[in-house]
Amino acid sequence: MITETVIQEAAGEITRRAAIRIPEDYRSGIRDIRSSEQGQLSCFVLDTMMDNWDAAVADQRPMCADTGLPRYYVKFGNEASIQGGFVALERALRRATADATAKIPLRPNRVHPLTREDHNNNVGARAPEIEYSVEPDADWLDITTVHKGGLFGTDYRMLFPGDGWDGIKKMFLDTMIQFGRRGLACQPAIVGVGIGGSKDTCMVLGKQAACLRVVGDRHPDSEIAELEDELKELGNQIGMGPMGFVGSSMVVDCHIEVAHTHTGGMPVSIHSFCLSSRRAVVRIFADGSSEYRTDPNWFTPYHRREEVE
Amino acid sequence: MTNTGFNTVELGGPAESAELEKLNIGDVIYINGMIYTGREGVYRKILDEDNSPPVDLSTISNINFHCSPAASIESDGSFTVGAVTATASFRFSKWMERWFSLTNCKVVVGKGGMPQSDYQQYFVPNGAVYLTTVGYGTGALLGRGIKKVQQVYWLKELGIAQAIWVMEVEKFGPFLVESDLRGNSLFEQSKREIDQNIEGLYAGLKQPALRRYGETTHRTDEVI
Repeated sequence: MITETVIQEAAGEITRRAAIRIPEDYRSGIRDIRSSEQGQLSCFVLDTMMDNWDAAVADQRPMCADTGLPRYYVKFGNEASIQGGFVALERALRRATADATAKIPLRPNRVHPLTREDHNNNVGARAPEIEYSVEPDADWLDITTVHKGGLFGTDYRMLFPGDGWDGIKKMFLDTMIQFGRRGLACQPAIVGVGIGGSKDTCMVLGKQAACLRVVGDRHPDSEIAELEDELKELGNQIGMGPMGFVGSSMVVDCHIEVAHTHTGGMPVSIHSFCLSSRRAVVRIFADGSSEYRTDPNWFTPYHRREEVE
Repeated sequence: MTNTGFNTVELGGPAESAELEKLNIGDVIYINGMIYTGREGVYRKILDEDNSPPVDLSTISNINFHCSPAASIESDGSFTVGAVTATASFRFSKWMERWFSLTNCKVVVGKGGMPQSDYQQYFVPNGAVYLTTVGYGTGALLGRGIKKVQQVYWLKELGIAQAIWVMEVEKFGPFLVESDLRGNSLFEQSKREIDQNIEGLYAGLKQPALRRYGETTHRTDEVI
C-alpha cells in the first residue's frame, strides 16, 4: 500500500530535481550539437547554458526562473494500490507543488487567465495538470514532473491525407523558423510531433513526445524512426541556432508519436521543449521505497498498442 | 565570467550615458549596481490605469529588467531569490516610449528584443539601449548576481511575478547588446543572413490543401 505521505515527499523531490538538474541525456545532446556548431554567437550561447547548468547544481538553485507550468504524468501499475485512492494522490501532488514553490523557491507562474490573480503557489483551477496512463502486471507508481515554458514554440494544424509528408515537413519548417527567430522557442530543443488522433489528443500526444522521451530514443516503428531522423536533420539545416543566431543547432532530437485518426484528416502538432528541459521521475514501489530517474518511459509497448485485446 | 572572445563590458546601475555610447551590438555585458524589474503588470497599472509609481524609479536606477524572479518571502519578511530569467520583451514595446519619458530609463534588459523599427522610433531618441539575456534561461547564473533585494513594490497588488523588484546586483550577466544607441540590432543582423537560406528549404514542398489565414494573400480570401 502506497501512502499519501510517501507520494507527497517523492513529488516534492522530483520537483526539486527537475528544477535544478538538467537531465543527462539532454546535456549530452547539447554537447554533441555544440561540437558541430560553427556560429560564434551560437557557440557562446550553448557554452553559457552549460555554465548555467553547472551553477544551478553548485548553488542548488533553479536553472531557469520561468517555472513554466509544472505538471505531473502518473503511470499506474495495474496492481498498485494507494491508501486513500486517487483523491489522496491528487491532494499529495497539489500540496507538493505548493510546498516546493515556497521551498526551492520556484516562481509562482500560475495565474487566473482573466483576472490574472496569482495564488503564489503554482496551484489553481486545473493546476497542476495531472495526466494518467496504466501499465499491466506492475504494482508500482511512476510519477514524472515536467516544467515546460508555455508561450512559444508550439503549433497545431489540420492537414489532410493528400498533403502527405510534404505537408508535415512544411509545417515543421514553419514552426521552427517562426518561433526560432530571436530564440522565442528557447532552442535547441527536443521537438515532439503528434500526428493523428483528434485535435485535442493530437496536441497532448505531441507534447508528450517532446517532454516524455529522452534524447537518442527512437520510435519502435522503423518508418516513424526514419521520419524522426529526417525532421531532426531538416531542422538543423535551417541555418539557425540558439536565440535565432546564425548556426546549425535547432533540434537536439525529434520524437514522433502517432494516434489513429479520422479517415479524412491528418492533424499535426509540433512542440519544442526548451534549453532548460526539466523533467524528473520517481518510481514508488508497493513497499513505499522510491527510485529516482530522468527517463519517464511513458511510451511503453502497452501504451502504444493497436490491437483489440 | 565566460571567456568569449567577444568584447566584455561592465556596466554600472544606473548606467552613465558615456558608458552606453561605447556599446556595440554583440558586446557581452555584466551589470554592477541597482536595477528594477517591471513588465506588463507594472506598465498597465502605471501607464494604462494612470496610477502613480510607488516610488520615483529614476532615483533608483535607469535599468529596467523585463523579468520575474523565482523568489519566496520568508517568515521574517525577507526575500530569497533563487533564479532570475527574462521574459519576451516584444509584447511591451507599445509602452516603452511613455515609460522612457516617465522614468528616464536608459537600459532595457529582456528576452529576445523588439522590432528594429521600435529601437529607431523609441530607443534612439531617448538614448536607450536594449540588452538581451542569453540562452534563454541562464536563471542560475543571473540568480548568483543578485546581492540583495532592496525593496519590493506592489507585491500584494500584482503578485510575486509582476511586482517591482528593486535589486542590488554584482557581476550580473552575461547579457548581449542587442540594440546600441544607433539602433542597430543583433537579431536583425542574424535574421538577414539566415533569411538568404529560407526559401531554398521550402523548394519542392507543395502547399497543403487547406491554407492558413496567413498563407492567403488577403483577408477576403477563402482558406480552401
